[in-house]
Amino acid sequence: MTKRTKQIVQIAAVFAFGIFVAISFGADYETGESIGRTFTTTLLVMLRLLPCAFVLVALFDVWVERKTVERHFGESSGLRGYLWASLLGGMTIGGMYLGFPVAYSLYKKGARLSVIFAYVGFAGACRIPMTLFEISFMGAKFTAVRLGVTLPLIILTSMAMGRFLERRGYEITE
Amino acid sequence: MIALYIATGIALLASLIASRQKTLAVLKLAGKRFIRILPGFLVMLILFAIAITLVPRETLQRVLGKESGALGVALAALFGSITLMPGFIAFPLSGALLSQGVPYMVLAAFTNSIMMVGVLTYPLETQYFGARVTILRNTVSLIIALIVAVATGFVFGEIGW
Repeated sequence: MTKRTKQIVQIAAVFAFGIFVAISFGADYETGESIGRTFTTTLLVMLRLLPCAFVLVALFDVWVERKTVERHFGESSGLRGYLWASLLGGMTIGGMYLGFPVAYSLYKKGARLSVIFAYVGFAGACRIPMTLFEISFMGAKFTAVRLGVTLPLIILTSMAMGRFLERRGYEITE
Repeated sequence: MIALYIATGIALLASLIASRQKTLAVLKLAGKRFIRILPGFLVMLILFAIAITLVPRETLQRVLGKESGALGVALAALFGSITLMPGFIAFPLSGALLSQGVPYMVLAAFTNSIMMVGVLTYPLETQYFGARVTILRNTVSLIIALIVAVATGFVFGEIGW
């Protein structure tokens, strides 16, 4: 299914749902009324949060240049390598999908295996736009706990996996 | 929520002072994206409303609520591992579940495994990493997701010492 047809199906589903709820209210169908009410109250709460989330993400995308980070990536090693890996991972768009090809090209450019794993981990768990969404809906405390636990664990496990696999002569292929 | 509005307002104001053009681009981008995700977002909310109405509250509480304990976390992690869901759907959904009494701990397991564990992206990942490293990486990620869930449970007082 292309994106376009998928959207058309979704819009049709929304309309069908609207008709269903309208009929439910007309015919005093209690379950349908209740579904409609749950939908409306949840939607109203979301609509209060969504604009902020979208504006914050757009601010980030417009003001932060991805190329700057990519340029620095190759030069660094050691702990700074992880720092750039986390920044680049944080800016990955589309998550893991695009993370793997980027990881491969970084590897080809000579980045270390452990840094590559760290990058993939960050691209999954610490994308900044996604984190902004998370804060909007779950609160800053939730996000703080998650990042506080995840970031060190990603770095530690990536180091361990990188060392272990490097010793065994493992290589990333395409 | 007020803090969120204040933070967004300040950031937007700073952007406006720095560059009017860029701020205009920001608003356009935000609006365009919002419209693009709106249908999928509404469908998610419809499914949520139907599920919440049809599934009895006690069942939801038993399976995912505070009393569910390890089972709720395990189910959420499993579900999160096998679904592909973009963050802009997963977090609003989690927020809605939170308001239904699902604990933070369970939602942490859910969102973290969505983000870090990819069962459906397995074919793509093996192309680069090979089967063994893909399995190793995803297992490690799942363990990290569970550790985060437990930590979240402690911080939010959902697990006692």
